[in-house]
Amino acid sequence: MAEIRSYTLNFGPQHPAAHGVLRLVLEMDGEVIQKADPHIGLLHRATEKLAESKPFNQSIGYMDRLDYCSMMCNEHAYVMAIERLLGITVPVRAQYIRVMFDEITRILNHLMWLGAHGLDIGAMTVFLLAFKERETLMDCYEAVSGTRMHATYYRPGGVYRDLPSEMPKYQVSRWRPQKEVDRLNEARASGMLDFIEDFTRRFPGCVDEYETLLTDNRIWKQRTVNIGVVTPERGMQLGFSGPMIRGCGIAWDLRKTQPYEVYGELDFDVPVGVNGDCYDRYLVRIEELRQSNRIVAQCVEWLRRNPGPVMIADAKVRPPHRQDMKGDMESLIHHFKLMTEGYCVPEGETYAAVEAPKGEFGIYLVSDGANKPYRLKCRAPGFAHLSALEEMVSGHMLADVVAVIGTQDIVFGEVDR
Amino acid sequence: MSPNVETVAGRVEAALAAKLVRADSLPDELAYEVLPADLVAVATVLRDHPDLRFEVLLDVAGVDYLEYGRSEWKTLSATGSGFSRGVNRGAAGGSSGAQPARRFAVVYQLLSISHNARLRLKTWCVDDEDPMIDSLVGVWAGANWFEREAFDLFGILFSGHPDLRRILTDYGFIGHPFRKDFPLSGNVEVRYDPAKGRVVYEPVSIEPRTLVPKVIRHDNRYSPALRDRGTPSKG
Repeated sequence: MAEIRSYTLNFGPQHPAAHGVLRLVLEMDGEVIQKADPHIGLLHRATEKLAESKPFNQSIGYMDRLDYCSMMCNEHAYVMAIERLLGITVPVRAQYIRVMFDEITRILNHLMWLGAHGLDIGAMTVFLLAFKERETLMDCYEAVSGTRMHATYYRPGGVYRDLPSEMPKYQVSRWRPQKEVDRLNEARASGMLDFIEDFTRRFPGCVDEYETLLTDNRIWKQRTVNIGVVTPERGMQLGFSGPMIRGCGIAWDLRKTQPYEVYGELDFDVPVGVNGDCYDRYLVRIEELRQSNRIVAQCVEWLRRNPGPVMIADAKVRPPHRQDMKGDMESLIHHFKLMTEGYCVPEGETYAAVEAPKGEFGIYLVSDGANKPYRLKCRAPGFAHLSALEEMVSGHMLADVVAVIGTQDIVFGEVDR
Repeated sequence: MSPNVETVAGRVEAALAAKLVRADSLPDELAYEVLPADLVAVATVLRDHPDLRFEVLLDVAGVDYLEYGRSEWKTLSATGSGFSRGVNRGAAGGSSGAQPARRFAVVYQLLSISHNARLRLKTWCVDDEDPMIDSLVGVWAGANWFEREAFDLFGILFSGHPDLRRILTDYGFIGHPFRKDFPLSGNVEVRYDPAKGRVVYEPVSIEPRTLVPKVIRHDNRYSPALRDRGTPSKG
């Protein structure tokens, strides 16, 4: 028999299963991992330092680019931190819109995770199915904000604008005959809420489809059951949050335990794992897809019945309407001041956290009373999770590293910031 | 629902009154300051005391207070030549006088899952030149990378840390980029040198400039005297 040597393996940063730009230096004994040293920072853009050099509102767009799979949740934490320091309350309708888009974002993120995780450990079909549904939700992003990913939709004091009364429609082209266009436009005939409602009716069936492909799949179970087991005590020690800590069996969800916006009024359940392995975390996230869908449906119902403002009236924070600026001197002055200098945030510090799809995304904001943040620190869930990678993969095989990276739902935009 | 902030404050002060000082915070947040010498002892009590049980360390943030409360553009009186966008970099503008005595602080965000409570712990580094703080890796294993990050970006040393390497910046990076005296555009830039056949580092060629100057406005709506009257007036 050939002698098995210990050796060092360089994994990434261009490996497709590295989910971006992770460089892993693995010390291996044969095929078994002895040590894993993640090298991160290849996507470090110093977002926090950049934010210190510009007015508060100009950094909202940077938040989208942190965790670029759950864009609006990052914005949410940032605008919440500003709102807390300003001491302003958001209109209820804006809170419902934010919650609805947070949950749409959660579905987007979990579908991305499901597709990529499946692809990493050998399930191609689920990737294609997941990305099909993502398209519908991306269209919702586009309809409210004009962009499919980096929305910049949340603003301190509310959201940028109310939901559109009309969805953009497909047009006949060489590649899309009339019949196909009619089918695609069926759900787009009326407003955006109808479009989302159509999705919420259809989506539970889609989740069933994903589950038939994976949940009882023998190969899927062989690749995930008992891989990367984390005990609840260890999970807390390592600073886990979100599905990672729920997979360990701790029922901790900020939406339930420390409700923000209108989560307290909505009806949903928090799924919890038992064994703390990759399979349990998979089940937790699948159930979260269903629960998010429930929340979206409740928000659609409420939003339909309750029109109202989506932005506070405080002219020192909210830019005036373009129409008012034409005839009203005050509005013109406010617009000029807000667009050139921005608003000053009273001196103080705060920590605002949201339950982002990956875990607790927090913003620690220090203001010295200026029009720019003095210090902004993004608490990214992926950073804490990735720091536990070595512990989770030691003693496993090389192929399981890929399963663990997948289960951690790593996105380098937020890990490196 | 989470317990009242004052309830948690009462429990914390019952256990650790001698070592903690309550810091200013928003009414629904709890913040304390601790001396660096007491940090590890206080952290251990916060984690293990049955009434506190802060099991999770969520975040460690370094803060550099070098330019705190200093605005870049003074507009209290008009100058003879009118206003310009010229910003006096580094020169003391209108200062609110709130500059802290020490330069570097480390801020810890703690979470108690058992009692559903949050706490912010802040400690000031004694030495401004060589900031040094005891590491909390022994108390919360999750502190490891967060402390490496604070070391990398601010140059704060964590004594007792098992593996204090740079984490976010490039291999061979010089300086600590999040310090306030580190330029936003950095010190070096890279380009491919066809003659040498490799990537070379050179001093940056771009001039730093300020697009929007930092100004501090003393808004009466946020003055402490008015803060108790509820939300600021609308419109």
